[in-house]
Amino acid sequence: MVTEKIDQFAATLPAEKRRSVYESTKATHEKRTKVLFDHFPDPNRLRLIAGEIKQHVIENLDTYLPAVEAKLQSHGVIVHWAATAEAANEAVLGIMRARGATKMVKAKTMVSEEIELEPFLKKHGIEALETDLGEFIVQIDHDHPSHIVRPIIHKSRREIATSFEREGLGAYNDDPGTITRRAREFLRQKYLQADVGLTGANFVSAESGRIVLVTNEGNSRFCLAATKCHIALVGIEKILPRDRDLALLLNLLARSATAQQLTVYTEFISGPKAASQPDGPEEMHVIFVDNGRTDVLASECRDILRCIRCGACLNVCPIYRQASGHAYRSVYPGPVGAVLSPLLAGEKFPDKVDLVKASSLCGACNEVCPVNIPIPDLLLRLRDKAKREGAPSCGTPPMGAWALLASQPTAWKAALFGGKVMNYLPLNLLPIPAAQAWLKTRTLPAWRGGEFRRWLKNRTR
Amino acid sequence: MTADREQILSRVRAALAPLPVRAALPDYDAELTVARKLLGDRDLLTVFAERIKLVNGLLLTDVAALVGHLRAGGWMRGYCDPLLWPQLATHFGPEFTVETVFDRTRVDHFAFSITRAVGAIAETGTIILNDRTTASRLGALTPWVHVTVLDRAAIYPDLGHAIAALGDDPNVIWVTGPSKTADVEGILIEGVHGPGQQIALVV
Repeated sequence: MVTEKIDQFAATLPAEKRRSVYESTKATHEKRTKVLFDHFPDPNRLRLIAGEIKQHVIENLDTYLPAVEAKLQSHGVIVHWAATAEAANEAVLGIMRARGATKMVKAKTMVSEEIELEPFLKKHGIEALETDLGEFIVQIDHDHPSHIVRPIIHKSRREIATSFEREGLGAYNDDPGTITRRAREFLRQKYLQADVGLTGANFVSAESGRIVLVTNEGNSRFCLAATKCHIALVGIEKILPRDRDLALLLNLLARSATAQQLTVYTEFISGPKAASQPDGPEEMHVIFVDNGRTDVLASECRDILRCIRCGACLNVCPIYRQASGHAYRSVYPGPVGAVLSPLLAGEKFPDKVDLVKASSLCGACNEVCPVNIPIPDLLLRLRDKAKREGAPSCGTPPMGAWALLASQPTAWKAALFGGKVMNYLPLNLLPIPAAQAWLKTRTLPAWRGGEFRRWLKNRTR
Repeated sequence: MTADREQILSRVRAALAPLPVRAALPDYDAELTVARKLLGDRDLLTVFAERIKLVNGLLLTDVAALVGHLRAGGWMRGYCDPLLWPQLATHFGPEFTVETVFDRTRVDHFAFSITRAVGAIAETGTIILNDRTTASRLGALTPWVHVTVLDRAAIYPDLGHAIAALGDDPNVIWVTGPSKTADVEGILIEGVHGPGQQIALVV
């Protein structure tokens, strides 16, 4: 049977997981809407302007990037550039080696997932431990996050308790409070033993050269309180022009992601610690990562670079809710991933082509996006690219016969009448793979061709 | 690394070269980012008190109440900013052990800590800390109860005003309630890596 990869995954997802992903994404989406409309008279205006600001940034990266670099350097930050995932990994390794460092604690960063930093460092004898609770559980399970903001949305407390027991973190106990307390006790020793703290960046202000980090758990703060060296992995699109734009984007980010007004910890970091401060990094590195972003910038889908990784489009998407995150087989799942993952895949674009078709183009993702990314339009552009590049596809039948019929009125009318024969044919036996795949999960309504024309003809005003 | 810099910048320039016009930077009124409905025309301390409660933080207005709260919770060992302790010491009885140097080899020894805040944000119930006035980053993070001493005149109405006041400190952190997670089945748990109780002592 020929079906798309994403459909195959969705079909094998246990009903219990589908239900929990569906219910929790739906609840978060509803709370998001409420909190935005309760707090602002016209929340739509916030996201339209935020979208314009981010679009301005990505279309002016040639001036913003050197400006941000100079600003960071003026605060004593060491700036690195990495064109590829390999270069980014090497840059991190180089900093670790120069310090003789062997232990790293990591706050959540999507870029580190993209470049597969943890397995790379492990190969070189460096322990890089995830400290976000969800990411820590993903790490001990050798699993992958299935949601941008809630990495273990696909796991139950029973599975987590089993993993903790296996890792020697205590006897089986699936109480979420106990799970959290055990992680707290285990991880605080790890922070204190680590040499280097690694984070991402939610925003970088070009005006002041401040890196902004948001977390709820306080793990990034702990990384930057316990270690002497801070490395920030930053995608080149993360810049905001002015400090005041941070107020706008921070107002949108937490509400869109988790329906909070503000995340618990919002950090503004412009360099190594103050001289009077006993704790925290004496050395700070920023690594600007391209890893395919300049290809996206050169494409007609560059708008996707506005994304602030809030996950609102995942929560509202009927496909994500049914398929869950692993079905996207990429670091970025959901609607944003359906656009970004095939683009970042480079030569492996054909492997991810099913993602751009996994959408009914309902537009909900666009409506909730805090930076107003026209995701349905971008999906259409990618479908067009896939067709033009002849990417293999099993979901779309050849349309030649249809085109012939649709361009000849007489043939069309004849087909409307002749189509009645479909009602008597065993359609599931047709030797057309696309038809078989389609019919596996759907039933065709009875053919009623021509009835509308007849009704229209006999209609009197 | 230099080669990567040139490569990235030249690829950016090449990607943008075909654009006939570049998107302009929009301007907007500061009012856009204010959750005015939350503020109304009430006084800032009233709003701050309401919002900090909603994020499960605690606001106290006198030292005696703080001491009572700590005693009731059984939090008897603490760390205090050395600049604050001379004014606070008289309120704490001999049953408390308070140190003014934070020893990172004994993080779990300290059940509470007291440090200074540089401000607060009314509309979100947020406490603002920075590097120059926080006596110890670890001291302000690792104990179960974190108390910040806050001057009521330093409450900003909204995020925009707080951002305008960031100044030149290398590390400003906004703290909105206790450390929390909902990673396990979406269930809210407080006290993940940082404090399970976040207290603002307004003076």
